[in-house]
Amino acid sequence: MSSRLLVFLLPVIVIGLFWAMSRYESKLAHDPNHKGYFERNGMTLGLIFIFLVALWTLFLVVLPYLYMVVESFHPRLPLPKRGGPEDYLTFAQYKSFFVSPSDNQWNTNHMGAFVFSLIASVAVTVFNLAFCYPLAYFMAQVGSVQKVRLLMLGLIVPYWVNEILRAFSMRLLLTSKGLINQLLMWSGLTDAPIDFLYNNTGLYLGLSYGYLLIMMFPLYNAIESLDKNQIEAARDLGAPWWKIHRDVVIPYAKPGIASGCTMVFMLAAGSLAAPQFLGGPNTLWFTSVVYDFFFQAFNWPRGSAYAFILLAACIIFVMGMLRLFKVKLGEAIR
Amino acid sequence: MSAGVDLEGVTVRFGNFTAVDNANLAIKGGEFFSFLGPSGCGKTTILRTVSGFLDPSAGRVKIGGQDMVGIGPNKRPTALIFQNLALFPLMTVADNIAYGLRVRGIDKKTRRKKAGELLDLIALPGQGDKLVSELSGGQKQRVAIARALAVEPKVLLLDEPLSALDLKLRQHMRNELRAIQQRVGITFIYITHDQGEALTMSDRIAVMSDGVIEQVADGKTVYDQPETSFVASFVGENNGFTGLVTKADATGAVVETAMGSLRGRNPKGMKTGDKAMVFVRPESLRIGKGKALEGFSAAVKNVAFEGNATHVFLQGADKKNITVTIGRGQGGDIPAQGSMADVQFDPDLALILPEGKLARE
Amino acid sequence: MSSRYVMKGMLAFYILIFFLYLFGPLLVMGVTAFNTPNYPQAYPFESFTLDWFVKLWNHRAMMEGLQNSFVIGIGVVAISVPVGLAASIMMNQIYHRARGLFYLVTVSPLLTPGVIIGISTVIFWKDVMGVTDVTKAIFYKGIVLSILGQSSFVAAYCLLIIMARLTRFDRAQEEAALDLGASYPQVFWHILIPFLKPALLSASVIGFLSSFENYNTTTFAILADKTLVTVLAGEVRQGTTPVLSALAVIIITISLLGAITYEILKRREETKAAQIKENARLAERGEAV
Repeated sequence: MSSRLLVFLLPVIVIGLFWAMSRYESKLAHDPNHKGYFERNGMTLGLIFIFLVALWTLFLVVLPYLYMVVESFHPRLPLPKRGGPEDYLTFAQYKSFFVSPSDNQWNTNHMGAFVFSLIASVAVTVFNLAFCYPLAYFMAQVGSVQKVRLLMLGLIVPYWVNEILRAFSMRLLLTSKGLINQLLMWSGLTDAPIDFLYNNTGLYLGLSYGYLLIMMFPLYNAIESLDKNQIEAARDLGAPWWKIHRDVVIPYAKPGIASGCTMVFMLAAGSLAAPQFLGGPNTLWFTSVVYDFFFQAFNWPRGSAYAFILLAACIIFVMGMLRLFKVKLGEAIR
Repeated sequence: MSAGVDLEGVTVRFGNFTAVDNANLAIKGGEFFSFLGPSGCGKTTILRTVSGFLDPSAGRVKIGGQDMVGIGPNKRPTALIFQNLALFPLMTVADNIAYGLRVRGIDKKTRRKKAGELLDLIALPGQGDKLVSELSGGQKQRVAIARALAVEPKVLLLDEPLSALDLKLRQHMRNELRAIQQRVGITFIYITHDQGEALTMSDRIAVMSDGVIEQVADGKTVYDQPETSFVASFVGENNGFTGLVTKADATGAVVETAMGSLRGRNPKGMKTGDKAMVFVRPESLRIGKGKALEGFSAAVKNVAFEGNATHVFLQGADKKNITVTIGRGQGGDIPAQGSMADVQFDPDLALILPEGKLARE
Repeated sequence: MSSRYVMKGMLAFYILIFFLYLFGPLLVMGVTAFNTPNYPQAYPFESFTLDWFVKLWNHRAMMEGLQNSFVIGIGVVAISVPVGLAASIMMNQIYHRARGLFYLVTVSPLLTPGVIIGISTVIFWKDVMGVTDVTKAIFYKGIVLSILGQSSFVAAYCLLIIMARLTRFDRAQEEAALDLGASYPQVFWHILIPFLKPALLSASVIGFLSSFENYNTTTFAILADKTLVTVLAGEVRQGTTPVLSALAVIIITISLLGAITYEILKRREETKAAQIKENARLAERGEAV
């Protein structure tokens, strides 16, 4: 049985297992409340719901992922040779991440890009958190309703502008003829234009800029639900402002912080636009590597393997974050 | 027009918890029938089982003689008035009332007409186009009733409908509901924890406790002749004295209690040596020493004047509380707080019942 | 206390920097849209022109991309909102032991980098649609794949939005309708859907906007076609004229107008709600006799 076809079987088996379990449990004890699924929704609606949900979970989520994972374990073959004798399961694509197949040396390029992307994403996440926290706190607890509404508007409008355009606008600012360089030279701080794009400053700024709001909203929501009285009480007891934040606000806002950090990290690590437009000629962003495998090398299996490595890294980071902040998955999502 | 409801051995179990235990009952068509009991006694469960939202774990429900097994709530000839009314907030008052007709495919013109008639019946003429959220509590109450009556049910089920209203309005609505029931003539099944409501409105009452129906009778019988100690202690105020039966004959029995030997009626035929309780209502107790009446002494803890009556709270030798109620104009001495008083009663007004559970304080 | 004023001053300065960071690049870009040089330039400002807006209108690739973006957006909403609705209803009814897994699966697209969704969509559907030549010819198109790929996570947004509203639904209303004789489909259409309308609406809007501005997933799924966003990306990569700046100005204007309209509508709703509350209060007073 081709490994690709096996992918289709797996969800069917899982669903079958759960269905059998539920049948068994309902036979054990009579639940007066329980109305059968079709009783509850009517035949037509019941079928429609099942169809829609199956379409989504199976065909748009689970099967494509599994299929991609399976693909990453196959060698790169042109279409006619698929399913034939040369099509066997292999770790070769994953190995290529560590050892470059072309010259059998350590694949420092790709591994380096991977590490760089992760570290840069963490840095951007931390910066965004620090930068957004004061404003989130101000809007959530201190500001008047009118001010907050205005600020909220001011925050949202820039985000209607597409991320490509935002990256573009950042680039305009930072080119050698751009405004920032003009300002620096005019004020006498520098003699020659600084190539912000070459030294990756542009990239970091672009990433941070792109996801400011993603950090802002969860933070704001979390802090907003904190009862003002708690802060008042702490102040009455004589706590200085930094203690209030450390001991009252931050622990309470943990789900929001975790949520914001998770989202920013994932978006940054998986970002395509900012590295493409704001990175220097020497920067290699891991997602760009994946992109190139697809669009330049047409090596889909290898691209899939790298994509899976990226996914694994993201999941590990997210799990680690949740563990660190002692937050459950359900709380972190919005 | 209206139909009777029969519960035959109805038991409802949730996992290990039995909410209703072997309920057997025949409610007559056109009757105003109440289920009375403390919260958690199973009366709401019975209501939801009759209306079809719950399946009984055992037994059957019959409406108008027809077994309701497998018939869903939307197919039963019942209508339910929910405790929180559950009016549809996005529809106008008229649309709410006519909703049952709408789902039966009745045309718009007839619906408007019917809604108008019902609005007149509940004394809210012309208010059809208002939104439900614009009404007061009492008005919403009446709209809920109109909405239920619109589908011409054979049985109307009411789930503590008056509990959210204030006192004056509640008393007004009691009369209203009774009047509507007599006018429309359908069976009303009413559940409440308020005995005043049950006693004043119902033809018959079922007193429930912990899933068991303790007694089914009309108000006077339930009050004067309770069958179990729970009913005796739950319906109205009552004083209960525990002890063992020392003598039993045709005229009554004597129970040896902490307050001494007390004589009373023995409708349950209890025998010497049985564990029993003697129940005497506060209004049947008198302060003072009398001739040939049963009595005991107790310390007066508190005296409270309540307008049309005075309550004297005493404490017996076993530290249990005793209440004596002296009606205005009844005469007799009101003892002073802290004194010892003699309490007496006519043994024909005392009831001896098997010892059992009492209503929670 | 002077420290108070220092704090206030620092706060104001911080907010200024924040919004400068946020708006600065956009403002600069906006200025370049009206400046004549061929390369976007804010300073020196040579002379005012609206030429770039005209060139934008005539930019064929962008217009085609715009059209595709619209079609995809509508397709995505058409799939995602019903799917999100079905999933949120099923979430409560599904076998309780399966619920955790179900939730995880439905929400996972939100946690997955867009590139992975794009890649997996293309790989999977290429093989599935390629089963016969006919299906391949009809279905294996950039627009179709983009709709499918984007729907996976837009449906998750819809699910969360609708579920948030659904949990506040008073079950008693559903029971009341049943009790009055409604069938389950009637309850669904008469009672549930009207209640969910605000959530359905906001899910549609958010779904459409998410689809419209999506890049990471679409860039893989769109195959040889283009959306507005992929066209933009191409332009930026190749180096471009201020036509892009002109587009940005238009987008900002539209979003500002949208935000203002939203505020006005919201104010109107609030006055209406206050009026209803007032009526109810008067009714209560009238009954306290």
